[in-house]
Amino acid sequence: MRIPVAAAIGMFFTALYFLAAIFAPLLAPYGYDEVVSSGFWDPPSAEFLLGTDGIGRDLLSRMIYGGQTTIFVATAATILSFTTGSVLGFLAAVAGGWVDQLLSRFVDLLMSIPSLIFALVVLSVMPVTLPVLILVMGLLDSTRVFRLSRAVAVDIEVMDYVEAARLRGEKTAWIIFREILPNALSPLVAEMGLRFIFMVLFVSTLSFLGLGIQPPQADWGGIVKENAEGIVYGAPAALMPAFAIATLAISVNLVADWILNRTTSLKGGRG
Amino acid sequence: MSDPLVKVRDLKIGATVYPPGEKPHDIEIVHGVSFDLEKGKVLGLIGESGAGKSTIGLASMAYGRGGVKITGGEVWINGRDILKSSFKDIRALRGGEVTYVSQSAAASFNPAKKIMEQVTEAAIEQGKFSKKDAEARARALFAKLGLPDPDNIGERYPHQVSGGQLQRCMTALALCPEPDLVVFDEPTTALDVTTQIDVLKAIKEAIRDTGVAALYITHDLAVVAQVSDDIMVLRHGDMVEYGDVNQIINAPQEDYTKALVSVRSIEHEEKAPTGEPVLSVRNITARYKGTKFDVLHNVNADLYPGQTLAVVGESGSGKSTLARVITGLLPPREGEIEFAGRILSPDLASRTRDDLRELQMIYQMADVAMNPRQTVGTIIGRPLEFYFGMKGAEKRTRIIELLDEIELGEGFIDRYPAELSGGQKQRVCIARALAAKPKMIICDEVTSALDPLVADGILKLLLNLQKIENVAYLFITHDLATVRAISDNIAVMYQGRVQRYGSKSEVLSPPFDDYTDLLLGSVPEMRLGWLEEVIANRRMESAGN
Repeated sequence: MRIPVAAAIGMFFTALYFLAAIFAPLLAPYGYDEVVSSGFWDPPSAEFLLGTDGIGRDLLSRMIYGGQTTIFVATAATILSFTTGSVLGFLAAVAGGWVDQLLSRFVDLLMSIPSLIFALVVLSVMPVTLPVLILVMGLLDSTRVFRLSRAVAVDIEVMDYVEAARLRGEKTAWIIFREILPNALSPLVAEMGLRFIFMVLFVSTLSFLGLGIQPPQADWGGIVKENAEGIVYGAPAALMPAFAIATLAISVNLVADWILNRTTSLKGGRG
Repeated sequence: MSDPLVKVRDLKIGATVYPPGEKPHDIEIVHGVSFDLEKGKVLGLIGESGAGKSTIGLASMAYGRGGVKITGGEVWINGRDILKSSFKDIRALRGGEVTYVSQSAAASFNPAKKIMEQVTEAAIEQGKFSKKDAEARARALFAKLGLPDPDNIGERYPHQVSGGQLQRCMTALALCPEPDLVVFDEPTTALDVTTQIDVLKAIKEAIRDTGVAALYITHDLAVVAQVSDDIMVLRHGDMVEYGDVNQIINAPQEDYTKALVSVRSIEHEEKAPTGEPVLSVRNITARYKGTKFDVLHNVNADLYPGQTLAVVGESGSGKSTLARVITGLLPPREGEIEFAGRILSPDLASRTRDDLRELQMIYQMADVAMNPRQTVGTIIGRPLEFYFGMKGAEKRTRIIELLDEIELGEGFIDRYPAELSGGQKQRVCIARALAAKPKMIICDEVTSALDPLVADGILKLLLNLQKIENVAYLFITHDLATVRAISDNIAVMYQGRVQRYGSKSEVLSPPFDDYTDLLLGSVPEMRLGWLEEVIANRRMESAGN
């Protein structure tokens, strides 16, 4: 099997980020909350590869730990949003009738409120802990996954093989997981890449606004917030997370594109 | 001797294929075909799907569909080789000298524009006629093609006329610019038989009156026999036989042509009803949810064990709806269904597992009747697992048995549907139905999407399996040749009612009611002059009335 160059590059960087996240304590030269320099916004040097932040903490270490938090939260929220969204979306398509109406209208209701504002409201009354954050983000985002899965499943649901399964007497679970899911996988996987990046942006936005990950814990949105003032003094520390998010977004999408291409080959996705 | 209008020499056409897991590569799909066509003559191109007949038709306009390239040979039209022409010359050729009639008029017309605008567009664009002249010409053609209200029909939108009328509008579109050659690509295949005959008649008369040459592409030899002067039989991109229509139909030389001519000649003795019917449909009236009219009216029919009840009718006659009612997908408004001695619950959800197992279904499009992500083994194995709890070696043995029964064999067990041909797919669907050990199978147009020879194979297989398994078939079809080949009893349906019902010999012998007469008289027969006879008969009848 040949992997195209773009996909290989995407995989390399995606893997790099995920490995850095997993092995953060081994890779980071200093602790995430360790004040290591008496100065602030030190320029990059042999000692501090990316320089230091506004209160003299090593920026590289904070970036690595920040990546760990951001990627963990985004991954967990994506998984949550895909499981809830796709199962409910398939169910709505297969069951139809009032089940479909109820779920779809509820999703419409949720989607009519901008998710950022909704999240801000919820997070300002609930304690801001990681599980709460993941739950709120995942559930809000699952509305989009629901829409997509339902649309895809409605098309598959009218296929004769699904009717054949119904006539055989198969239960709804079989129809969802064995007849529909394998055929709906490729658009969902492609969407997963996109949703993951949205999650990264979402958690970073929340942190930037002060309602996401709480300091002193590091995360990319928080690093932007802490170092925003530095821009005025010519310190690029706040741009580092932006660069990290951009490269991660591109890499993940290159991989998702490739998966999409591969699974939609003519042979029913074995190629 | 002057050159013929169309002269094709050693035409070779290639295409790029993208087999999964392999590098894309080029293959040749037409291997050097040659023919001549004089002005005013019709050449029929006939063959199964994949024979290259449409590709050759389009090549006569110097066109290749996506990925298809003309790789060699010559196509001379009006004394010049169009394969060497400039793009500008080809532009003048297409829609001017050569025009095209496609299979699906409904998909070819722009739904947002009126018919007249589309019919006259090429003639005006090519500068052959002024708008006024082109419209006058179009109206004359509408009249010639027997369209109702020819002066105003052009002001309608495509969805405001019927399928058969739209196909005739498309013929008018092709004839409007006074072309020298018209390519007809399966123009009647998507139509009901009773409509097909009107379109065929219109096309034939229009060709005769305008003196154009035509390439007539179809898979139905009986149809091509009615309209062509010469016939070329194609298979896998090779010419099999080429001769005048009389010779091909009455004295075919090649085995393949002989097989095509004698297709649907399966002899099947009808069986007398024995014992209790396995299925009794009683006074069924049904309508779809949210609609206000019934699609089935008081339908009654019986099916006996080991026999075949053919349900015949045109599209919209309610035959597939009847199948949905029997399977429980559409609970009827009135009436009941007795199956194997018990009254079936009208709703699928409340039927027992045995009800479901003993009543199986085979679909028209085998492609979408099988999950593309499951192997043949999984597809056939699931009913075994589901109904009989079979697992492991036992299941595998039974799957192989079934594969042998449908004449495919063990080698197919790990294949995916995409790796099967159309006929093989339908066979797998038959095996899936048989796996449940049913008492009855509903066959919904199971041979309609297949090439004639492949369809013949499927019908023979079904008859054979019926003998072995003593299973009853409810066979839904619009094709009367298939009905003759397989049925014991027949129900002719028209507008949701059973128009005629009885044993095969009763239903197919006179005296007929008006509709059955029309239906039976419209099925093209494999002999010359059939179309003229039918038209003459109808004229006499209408004069008599």
